[in-house]
Amino acid sequence: MKVEQPLHRALGLTDDELERIRERLGRDPNPTELAMYGAMWSEHCSYKSSKIHLRRLPTEGPQVLVGPGQDAGAVDVGDDLAVVFKMESHSHPSAIEPYQGAATGVGGIVRDVVSMGARPIALLDPLRFGPLTDERNRYLFEGVVAGIGGYGNCIGVPTVGGEIAFAEPHGANPTVNVMCVGVAPAERLVTGARAVADGSIMVLIGAATGRDGIGGVSVLASRTIEDDAAESRPSVQIGDPFAEKLLIEACLELVERGLLEGLQDLGGAGITCAVSESASRAGMGAVLRLDAVPVREPEMEAFEILTSESQERMLAIVAPERVPAVEDVCRRWGLACVPIGTLVPGGGLRVEVDGVIVAEVPARSLADEGPEYDRPMAPPSTGDGDIDDDPTFAMVTTAPADAFFGVLTSPNVASKRWVWEQYDWIVQGGTVVGPGGDAALIGLEGSVKAIAVSTDGKGRFGHLDPYLGAAHAVAEAARNVATVGATPLAITNCLNFGNPERPEVMWQFAESIRGMADACRVLDTPVTGGNVSFYNGSGGSAIWPTPVIGMLGVIEDHRLAVGHAFVPGTFVYLLGETFAELGGSEFADVVLGRIAGRPPALDLDRERRLQRMLIEAAALDLVSSAHDCAEGGVAVALAESAIAGGTGFAVTLPGDLPPHVVLFSESASRAVVSVSPERAARLEELASALEVPFVRIGESGGPRIVFDRIFETTVDEVSAAYEEALPKLLVG
Amino acid sequence: MSEPRPRVGVITFPGSLDDRDAIRAVETMGGRGVPIWHADASLGDVDAVILPGGFSYGDYLRTGAIARFARVMEAVAAFADAGGPVVGVCNGFQILCEAGMLPGALIRNRSLRFVCKPVDVRVETSLSALTGGLIAGDVLRMPVKHGEGQFVSTEEELRRLEGDGLVVLRYCGPDGELDDRHNVNGSTGSIAGVRNERGNVVGLMPHPEHAVDPDVGPTGGQALFASLLSFAAAKV
Repeated sequence: MKVEQPLHRALGLTDDELERIRERLGRDPNPTELAMYGAMWSEHCSYKSSKIHLRRLPTEGPQVLVGPGQDAGAVDVGDDLAVVFKMESHSHPSAIEPYQGAATGVGGIVRDVVSMGARPIALLDPLRFGPLTDERNRYLFEGVVAGIGGYGNCIGVPTVGGEIAFAEPHGANPTVNVMCVGVAPAERLVTGARAVADGSIMVLIGAATGRDGIGGVSVLASRTIEDDAAESRPSVQIGDPFAEKLLIEACLELVERGLLEGLQDLGGAGITCAVSESASRAGMGAVLRLDAVPVREPEMEAFEILTSESQERMLAIVAPERVPAVEDVCRRWGLACVPIGTLVPGGGLRVEVDGVIVAEVPARSLADEGPEYDRPMAPPSTGDGDIDDDPTFAMVTTAPADAFFGVLTSPNVASKRWVWEQYDWIVQGGTVVGPGGDAALIGLEGSVKAIAVSTDGKGRFGHLDPYLGAAHAVAEAARNVATVGATPLAITNCLNFGNPERPEVMWQFAESIRGMADACRVLDTPVTGGNVSFYNGSGGSAIWPTPVIGMLGVIEDHRLAVGHAFVPGTFVYLLGETFAELGGSEFADVVLGRIAGRPPALDLDRERRLQRMLIEAAALDLVSSAHDCAEGGVAVALAESAIAGGTGFAVTLPGDLPPHVVLFSESASRAVVSVSPERAARLEELASALEVPFVRIGESGGPRIVFDRIFETTVDEVSAAYEEALPKLLVG
Repeated sequence: MSEPRPRVGVITFPGSLDDRDAIRAVETMGGRGVPIWHADASLGDVDAVILPGGFSYGDYLRTGAIARFARVMEAVAAFADAGGPVVGVCNGFQILCEAGMLPGALIRNRSLRFVCKPVDVRVETSLSALTGGLIAGDVLRMPVKHGEGQFVSTEEELRRLEGDGLVVLRYCGPDGELDDRHNVNGSTGSIAGVRNERGNVVGLMPHPEHAVDPDVGPTGGQALFASLLSFAAAKV
């Protein structure tokens, strides 16, 4: 430690927070208690800066079975099935140790889903890095991808999607989010609402507790990373996916056999968090015997055992008479299983070591009575210059074909095959549509029903206008799900921001919440939970405000799902309207070298009508392909459909806007669909009925790609450029 | 009267991942999938055995190096000695090599990266428990997903493998062409699968169990399972 400072500050607590603890206890906390509060009242665990804003999000709807506040949210997908999903950040550890940081992020989110009693069936990884021209960014990128694969591939949960973008502000602080989706019979969901009795036993299952990850939530996740980041490396946990796989199977067997009253994952703040939350949720207290906890090394201090973030552990709440049966199941899976305490009446959490009390605090005070801040907010003073300098009206000298290949081979747009071929996306046998499409589609076993999942975040848009950025992220995620023919149901999110103590960051956060709330309301996709990751910055810099949306949808019959690949001999339609909107576009960034302007407008009613049309078109089996228009505009959407199908097209883009505007405008609420000629009339009728603007722009077929009177090329050339761009960059 | 459904045992080691998928594939193709636990001493009443893919014991050591010592492996060896069909897929292949039941070894992919993608494989012989219904030259499409699938062997062993027709499958192009571009992990001779002398023990890196249901991918695994079930039925 460089500077002598009071213990509470070293643990990340402010002087005011210490005072609050004193008031609550009516005495000075001892060092062990202080460590417990330091972990539980950290930004990461307590959401103290975000809570006041998060309350403005819509969280209710008939589809919501479990809303925010539990380990993961759950929605009703019919047939008595619940789909459980949650997204989380592991950015801070990944910035320091990319492989283990990303790997343990996967482990943590999977346990969140398992703790609801659900079998994890899919993972998605939204990632942001600095430009790959920089060697350190390449190291972080390759390490994170390897870590996700190394862990995910080994636990038998398919990694089916995600998204990756590159931008300078994410260089020092990469953004590493991971989402897990699970499924369970609705009546078997393990939720806090279960009756837990006086005398129920808390059983710790899985790995032994070591000194790894101590201070993970308070040291890593709740502060900015400074130059001494290497010193934080011991705060990064080490993953053991094999232990996780056993833990998944053992826990699901325990749930299936009805042996548990409760189940909680040990993540941030370790045992302290799991025990205090379990007790608090049950309205009870607990006696915790630390000497019973299996440890990896002798003479660990009480505070170390209490706050260690050693991975691959779960806490089960078990009726005393069922403990032997629980032990049998765990033994069969080769897992340690140790009673470490008892739930007791009252609200006190008493921690003992060999019969000696080392801490005694109200469980609620740790779990639910953390501080809450309404931090000052102020719009950034420099933002307006960027907004006013709109690239839509810039002089463009680049030839359209050159601009097209520039945008297509930008790492934000280019094929991410290099990444997802390192992930097992087929294990469990349910992956109807894997990575590379608009949304991943996972079939539910024994049924033709499938769930659709997409993750989306809009970096540049959010930077230029956080309200619009978040609203666009929701709209695009829902559109992606609707594009494959599924009905969007609900979202989870991961809110990645800079230092909340800076007023402009807090303003970005509040604006993002406002945008997300508005979009979720209109699109009827309530928020079921998520995660807030602050302090993504170093010194005076911060990442772009990056709310990432994880959208869940359902399709009744996956055989009616729509892919984005062109087949020969169809009419190609553009749904929606194209406006002169190049603000914050990929084109402006790549071709003009400018991240500026106003992001495209978003009319949520128009968006909803488009999505309804896509869903109905799929249900009526009208279209042979559908693809969302996003980064790179209609030019990239058409190219991707051509690449996926190995089939070219000839189109005439409508309107009298300049070529680069019609090609690359990122106007919202648009999609490219193709339809066999005999069904075209029905498609047009549907569009008219739902008031979705449409234009037949051309036909699919042949080896060429023709933008009439603008430029032409071939599918082979475009495919090669699209596929080779990322691997080329990684060679360095 | 209906044909008896061959009973195909699928072993679950700690860390097996594709065990449920293998059982599902067996059932889809008309067999009966029977779960077998790694710690069991007996295989029970089965007509064939599959060692599925996964990361047994985490594969933190050499792949398959610990699983070969699992209790059930003695029963697997005895079953194979008696002529029973034994198929190892991916990690199962690695385990069979470690157990000395198949020649060669699987090391890290030439790219040093995990790879998950559909590939084409060419059938090299009908004389195996997995390819009885196929002929040399048939091309099947199915996925691979492994980090350590590069088949290697000693020069001498390779001569024997090639000379005795023990190579069952090779990575190839869509028309069966063999070239480096289609050799997904850099395997010696593009070898994707091998058999023992009798042909009743077969190991392969690609995943036929993920190539049975047309809704979720290619269907090149159907013919392999059909062959296995016929082979097993003949033994019933």
